[in-house]
Amino acid sequence: MESQEEKPIIYTMENKPIVTCAGDQNLFTSLYTSLAQQLPREPMEWRRTYGRAPKMIHLEANFVQFKEELLPKESNKALLTFPFLHIYWTDCCDTEMYKSSVKEDMMRWQNTLRTHGSADWVIIVVETSDTKKKNKPNILPRSSIVDKIRSDFCNKQNDRCVVLSDPLKDSSRSLESWNSLLLKLRTLLLMSFTKNLGRFEDDMRTLREKRTQPGWSFCEYFMVQEELAFVFEMLQQFEDALVQYDELDALFTQYVLNFGAGDTANWLGSFCAPVRNWSGLLLRRPIDMEKRDSIQRGEASLLDLRSYLFSRQCTLLIFLQRPWEVTQRALELLHNCVQELCLLEVSVVDGALDCWVFLSCLEVLHRIEGCCDQAQIAANCSHTVGLWAYATDKLKSLGVLCGLVTKKEPTSEDLNKTVDLLAGLGDERPETVNSLQSPYKKLKEALSSVEAFERHYLELSHAAMEMYQAIGRMRSARLVGKSLAEFYMRKGDPERAETFLQEALKSYVSEGWSLPVTHTRRQIAECQKLLGRTEDYLQTCALLAGDVNLTTEERKHFCQEILSFAGKSGDQSHKVSLSMNVFTQLTRLQFHPATLLVHTGGVLQVELTLKSLMPISVHIQQLAASIHFDVDHGGTLGRSKGVKRQTNQGTVEFNLGNPSAGPTSFTGNSRVLEMDEIQDRSPSDNSLNATGLVCKNAHLLIRRHGNSSPSEMAKCVSPPAVAMKEGDQMLKVQDVTLEPGENSIIFTAPSGQPGSYTLRQLCATVGGIQFVQSHVYPSVRYEVYSQEPQLTVEPLSEPLLAGLPQVVKFTLLTGHYTVKKGDALQLSNTDTMPILPSTSCTARISSPAAELVGESVLSIQSSEKVTSISLPPTPPYHTLDFQLEVLCIIPSGLEQPANERLTNGEIRHRPRSYSHPDTPMTAIDQRMSIDCPWSIYSTLLTLTFYIPFKTKHSLLSAGNRKYIQVCVQNMSDMNFTLAEVKLTEKQHASLELQSFNTKTHQLLCSKHSVFCLWEVMWKDDLPSCLQCVFSATFSPTNQDTSAFKPFHYQFQLERVTTLYSVRAAISPPASEQHCRCGLLCGLEVSITRLTEPSEGEITEDSKTDTDGLKTTKLMYEVADSNSNWAVCGKSSGMVLMPMKANATHRVQIEVMPLFAGHLPFPKIRVLKYLPHSAAAAMQPDPDSCIENDSLSLLDKTLDDQADTASIRSRGSVHSVGSSDQQQKGVAMPRLEPFSPGQVFNHSRTQQVLVLPATDDHIMEVNAT
Amino acid sequence: MAVCIAVIAKENYPLFIRSVPTQNELKFHYTVHTSLDVVEEKISAVGKSLGDQRELYLGLLYPTEDYKVYGYVTNSKVKFVIVVDSSNTSLRDNEIRSMFRKLHNSFTDVMCNPFYNPGDPIQSKAFNGIVSGMMVQTG
Repeated sequence: MESQEEKPIIYTMENKPIVTCAGDQNLFTSLYTSLAQQLPREPMEWRRTYGRAPKMIHLEANFVQFKEELLPKESNKALLTFPFLHIYWTDCCDTEMYKSSVKEDMMRWQNTLRTHGSADWVIIVVETSDTKKKNKPNILPRSSIVDKIRSDFCNKQNDRCVVLSDPLKDSSRSLESWNSLLLKLRTLLLMSFTKNLGRFEDDMRTLREKRTQPGWSFCEYFMVQEELAFVFEMLQQFEDALVQYDELDALFTQYVLNFGAGDTANWLGSFCAPVRNWSGLLLRRPIDMEKRDSIQRGEASLLDLRSYLFSRQCTLLIFLQRPWEVTQRALELLHNCVQELCLLEVSVVDGALDCWVFLSCLEVLHRIEGCCDQAQIAANCSHTVGLWAYATDKLKSLGVLCGLVTKKEPTSEDLNKTVDLLAGLGDERPETVNSLQSPYKKLKEALSSVEAFERHYLELSHAAMEMYQAIGRMRSARLVGKSLAEFYMRKGDPERAETFLQEALKSYVSEGWSLPVTHTRRQIAECQKLLGRTEDYLQTCALLAGDVNLTTEERKHFCQEILSFAGKSGDQSHKVSLSMNVFTQLTRLQFHPATLLVHTGGVLQVELTLKSLMPISVHIQQLAASIHFDVDHGGTLGRSKGVKRQTNQGTVEFNLGNPSAGPTSFTGNSRVLEMDEIQDRSPSDNSLNATGLVCKNAHLLIRRHGNSSPSEMAKCVSPPAVAMKEGDQMLKVQDVTLEPGENSIIFTAPSGQPGSYTLRQLCATVGGIQFVQSHVYPSVRYEVYSQEPQLTVEPLSEPLLAGLPQVVKFTLLTGHYTVKKGDALQLSNTDTMPILPSTSCTARISSPAAELVGESVLSIQSSEKVTSISLPPTPPYHTLDFQLEVLCIIPSGLEQPANERLTNGEIRHRPRSYSHPDTPMTAIDQRMSIDCPWSIYSTLLTLTFYIPFKTKHSLLSAGNRKYIQVCVQNMSDMNFTLAEVKLTEKQHASLELQSFNTKTHQLLCSKHSVFCLWEVMWKDDLPSCLQCVFSATFSPTNQDTSAFKPFHYQFQLERVTTLYSVRAAISPPASEQHCRCGLLCGLEVSITRLTEPSEGEITEDSKTDTDGLKTTKLMYEVADSNSNWAVCGKSSGMVLMPMKANATHRVQIEVMPLFAGHLPFPKIRVLKYLPHSAAAAMQPDPDSCIENDSLSLLDKTLDDQADTASIRSRGSVHSVGSSDQQQKGVAMPRLEPFSPGQVFNHSRTQQVLVLPATDDHIMEVNAT
Repeated sequence: MAVCIAVIAKENYPLFIRSVPTQNELKFHYTVHTSLDVVEEKISAVGKSLGDQRELYLGLLYPTEDYKVYGYVTNSKVKFVIVVDSSNTSLRDNEIRSMFRKLHNSFTDVMCNPFYNPGDPIQSKAFNGIVSGMMVQTG
């Protein structure tokens, strides 16, 4: 209403769709307020063409008075000024009046509309009850007017005429009619939109399709599509509006790209014009009419178009509450514009684009700040930080361009450039003239002076850095920092620069980016040089000189820096210490000998392999290695506790990471398990308590693998200043030249004192510079031991056999003792183990490394008591070994004379034989006593020999004839030949032993036996005791007879004479011819005394009977162990034997065979019966004593047959006593068996035929 | 196509980085290194929302005036970064994706090589060939 007289100014926020009002203006004015308020109250669903989603839309309208000029002409495409709906207002209720004036007016209105092709109209008839009542109460009903209007104008569209009843009254009817009116209006408006916009879009598309035609202009098209965007914006459809701009953007972009591809459009020519204005984006106005006009005129530059397009997009995005998209798009736009200008080959003044970008960045940031609160901005740093960084970047390049980044003032040329650049900015926009912080002012100020530039640049840089840090983009922050450092360097402020560079370097090193590391380090070197921080500078130089990322020339330069410093610093008292790792690396340590163990005074060489990282060969005045010495307590016998640590003995490989921070320093090499064997020994007896493996570097391995290990980082970023520790032992080599790559340097390690030596530090001195490696890891240690001389004697071959010459090996470890000429070993001779003289006895001398050093013949002198072996001169820590033949004489079995004394006064220990658990052979320990020249004490050694034979003897009888059998069993693993087998009796010369052994040589194989037999022949009387000696010679089978060695076996036989002979006969029952199973048979046992009793026998066990006849009490016993016989009646009994030759006693016993067949006779035993009186007087002789259990067994049988007449006749009350009494063995009758030869049983193996029982229904077959 | 291709280990050190020889190699190192910031940001953002069902392709990490940096992260947190010249506008997102897929496949082959020690710089000829195929030699 207000603006209806003027042409509407396009300010889209205030724009509303235009609705014209014709007819009764007063009526409309009265209703306008409520209409304008009510219309947008309810949303309407807007259904769209082309499948676009329907939208709910609040409709507003700008009601203007109808004028013909408002109707668009055919050519006019403006949509904003397009009236979407035409309303005719009337409250006429008088037919007359209608006919006279209103209808005519309506007709005119309709005609005007029709001529302009507008079909969007509606007639509103306002009806008030007042007017009705007041004026014409009797006229036609009002409906008739409405009907008339409808019939006159709306022939087909009845809905084009709406009635509004009582609009100013507050009644339900009024409300209802209002609602239907509003609904109608909205519906019609939307219909109009759909129709008109649809038509517009169709036209627009048609226009777009013509874009390949020559005359087509993007700017024209731009205006058309923007019109559509405006309408959408007007309808608050910002999304749709944005789409229009995005489409335009894309279309333009495509054209630029096509241009790049060679497809040039004519209209692009205007955009290729040189850039003359770089005033940046302008986002403070909703529409930048200035730029819009220039686009419309086709005079816009590329930047103008882009700026305008972006400002529109920005406005819409802010309406849509998407400020962060603005920042993102802004960054894209800025990048894109730079690219496009390049693509279109638009000529731009140097720095103009930087200005434009800088201003634009700040403008966007200001715009965003204007629409968001501080907290929101802080929370969305990630969106804005890119713009900050970009602005910083651009400002810096501007500063560089205009000569503002120097220590001096800018030159006049620089000033000219600045003036040119400022000229392109034009005047400040009116919007920001009053603002103190506008981008325009900032840029102008920054370019005005060096100081102002610095202030602005630092402000921006810090802002960007802080933002990056706040959102955790540390790498980006450091990159800004680096750029700042470069600025400081240009400004001649290396101190500040270094802080930033170090920070950046730390991050590159920790993440293993070698190229940035090198680059940053080079910048640091420059800083340090400027700052005069010599040590740091040299350290950095060393790092750079070894950096493979640099060219050889550069590396040489840095190396030369070090060398020239080293050369000119004359002051030797103060040396600069640098870390060695960057200069040269210890890659390998090799020990000779490789055991890492030497005796005191021994030679141990250490070969260091150093990998020089320098590009040129470097002369080193001195290379020193410090060695820490630990006295090794209680470990003089180094060899016994030699814990072997490294698997590859004597060589230690060092896997150092590349200090110039290649990825290798990171991937965790040197993360090898370092395993050590540990043995826990008891301190008292050195016995093993526990053994195990321990990982020495577990603390390194188990540590969580984070991004970086701080220690490693510290080492690489700025190697710590290391000082050489004094006081330890030093290995020194003077004047070494280290060539690039591997170098080998040999030291001789000290070995003066026993203990362990640990390699601690390395130090290379080049002039006034020391390169120090503060610790060598993994730690390298070698041990020096001192050893007492040690003599061991051991058999050359196991086992040592007694009786044969055996070779034993003497080993002498000289230890720290030097064997001089004339030193001799004194061996005390023993009878049982003589040392066999040998002609060629050679001693071998070998070095600790087991290499043969020399050989010499030993001279051995034997005196009566002592064998003296003179030793050849032997250096310390060598091994002397020789072999001697000894013979251990086999003891013949009988006792030897009492102890003798050895030459040295010690009691000679008789070799005692004993059985060894490991071998069936009998072992003898032979002690040796050796006097050594290095000790006042004798060395006592024991050798164990084994007797290869086991000898047994037995006495065999045949009636009165006697035989002696000797069994020799070979227990060893060797085969022997036995010869000269002989048995002699020592005491009785009259005796003759007749040999039955025919062979002179007898083979005695391993684990086999040889039996020898002799008959004893005597003339007068057989002695009851025989002292026999069995002798033989033996030698291993495959040796000649000269090697035969004697073997003796002594034994004693007692009670040899046969006293009694026992005969048994079994007689069948009287009626039978043969014994029959189950029938009692008679067993007659006749015992005959064969000889007169000897003297001893009479006194010992005879007894004078009452009738004066001498008798001996014997006990017989019949027992059948095989259950072939059942003994009926008494099975044992006492027999009184007259003490004269051929006295015979017969005993009848009844037995019954239990089986048929040839049955062996039951066993008959004859025992001596000693009455209790005699037993009590008897000496307890262990040889003849009957063991208790056998006695009790016999007594038991006695008990069973308690009715034995003879026992009863003895009248002994004790004889049938309880076993308890018998166990005590006091004054009890005893039984004593005869010696094996004393009783001869004639019928020992006799058999008797037993027939089966006669009436056997059951056939019993006994197969045995 | 690409002007720089980098493979970065889980611990953020480069396993492989190659750029067009005509351009400043150092600049690419800085660019790729800085892009790790965004990669980490994206990984952690995705980790929060979607768990394991994440997309390996991270999209455009950040544009600079001259380059576009794209990222891709394998399940084992090995990162691939492809830098494309900004002027090369013909390259579509899908092509970048397929480049990453090819790169990933080739990387998997490298890892399958029993003689390759995981964590070492990649020196495979086949991998190098694939990378060469993706890079413009003319610059």
